[in-house]
Amino acid sequence: MIVKRTKLNLAERFYVPAVVDGIRITVAHFFKKKVTMQYPEEKWSVPAGYRGAPYLVKDPEGRTKCVSCQLCEFVCPPKAIRITPPGPAGSPEAGNVEKAPQEFKIDMLRCIFCGFCQEVCPEEAIFLMKDYSLTGESRAEMVYDKEKLLALGGVHQDQIWKWKHK
Amino acid sequence: MITWFNNLSPASQFLLISSLKVVGVFAVVMPFVAYAVYAERRIAAFIQDRLGPNRVGPLGLLQPVADGVKSFLKEDFTPAHVRKAYFWLAPMIVMIPSLLVLAVIPFGSTLGRQKMVIADLNVGILYTFGIVSLGVYGIVLAGYASNSKYPFLGGIRSSAQMISYEIAMGMSVIPVFLWTGDLNLSRVTAYQADYGWLLWHAPVSFVIFFIAAFAETNRLPFDLPESEQELVAGYNTEYSSMKFALFFMGEYANMIAVSSMMVTLFLGGCTLPWAGLNNVADPSIGIGVLQIGIFLAKVMGLMGIFIWVRWMWPRFRYDQLMNLGWRALVPLALANIVGTAVWIWIIH
Repeated sequence: MIVKRTKLNLAERFYVPAVVDGIRITVAHFFKKKVTMQYPEEKWSVPAGYRGAPYLVKDPEGRTKCVSCQLCEFVCPPKAIRITPPGPAGSPEAGNVEKAPQEFKIDMLRCIFCGFCQEVCPEEAIFLMKDYSLTGESRAEMVYDKEKLLALGGVHQDQIWKWKHK
Repeated sequence: MITWFNNLSPASQFLLISSLKVVGVFAVVMPFVAYAVYAERRIAAFIQDRLGPNRVGPLGLLQPVADGVKSFLKEDFTPAHVRKAYFWLAPMIVMIPSLLVLAVIPFGSTLGRQKMVIADLNVGILYTFGIVSLGVYGIVLAGYASNSKYPFLGGIRSSAQMISYEIAMGMSVIPVFLWTGDLNLSRVTAYQADYGWLLWHAPVSFVIFFIAAFAETNRLPFDLPESEQELVAGYNTEYSSMKFALFFMGEYANMIAVSSMMVTLFLGGCTLPWAGLNNVADPSIGIGVLQIGIFLAKVMGLMGIFIWVRWMWPRFRYDQLMNLGWRALVPLALANIVGTAVWIWIIH
């Protein structure tokens, strides 16, 4: 394709419109509202359905909902989840909750936030929440254990109180 | 202290005072360079609707310190394929001329009995152009020493560009000296104090000098030696750490030097035409200090324009650059010389 060059008039050949427009635009932008978000003080409000870090939740009675079925451990693509089931003896403090895990670890350095664990969980015990910037000073610190995951996950206000009458 | 000073021989008095001035100028210019970089980053950011560096210290004012520490601590890497001696020499050759230019700039009137200029040369302007043209060697040498294609192209471009615009620049100031009848920059300032700024006497000269100044300092819209998009980073592609910082500081020191030249030649130097500030031999210390402040303020204003223009226009194409230099500015400067000479001949 051949683009025809338009004939420039005298003012244009002396760059006059370019100079005027340049001054106008730069001055206008200089005093405009800035778009920078000052990160640690301001943070993104993440949209609903955002897939952040996976945490464990408790039911409204304060019980761990996880039953150590290990489906999430199995489905986890980067193998970030490690579950230690209670074994045949069961957990003494779990009451009538079946098979609450002895230990539940998620290596947040391996986690890819895919959400398969949440999708596969039959008990709705693990959810991807809105945290997106996890920090730690060592690799060991980035492996979140059961207490930490439960504390971060909080209580899930679900309608089905599955363990209430067992 | 005073008697001790008066007892010294004139030669050692001169030596002492000159060294003090050199140290003083250096102590002002180097932080000025650092904060010019900060101002550039902030103004650039504001023009692009961003905030720029605002984390280190209040309003990010300690950012230059952090930058300095960073470039000192970085590994000083020399690529294996470079020509070592020239590679080391180039950053120095870029930095030194821009500082040397400041030696003849009268940055104030008098402080006590001392003239506020390091070297009150009678051939001030010739010295300046002699020194400024050395700066191009550093860039060309950097391009050659780097022994790789992009720096080489940057060096070639800069030699063509800077030599072309040096001619326009040199010819543009001739009318200034037709008006003042003197090459001494202190007396140029004194002339402007008496007869008004040369900006009004020789406006065409000012425009040509101003445009050529952008080309001489490799600033946009004439930053062809660096042009990031086509040449990676031009002549300083292979440089890192403090050697790169020297190129960077050299560019800003050059801007300061050229701005000071413009202030001295066209904008009345350290004087203002109001409130008795246009007396270049005022004995009071207060006025002396104030006039240094006026000079610095003018230089800062010009630096602001340099920075502002960078974000205003895209780069010239190479043929446009050469066209503007050789077929517009050089003839215009020649016509300006003749025109001014005729005009002065008529009015006298």
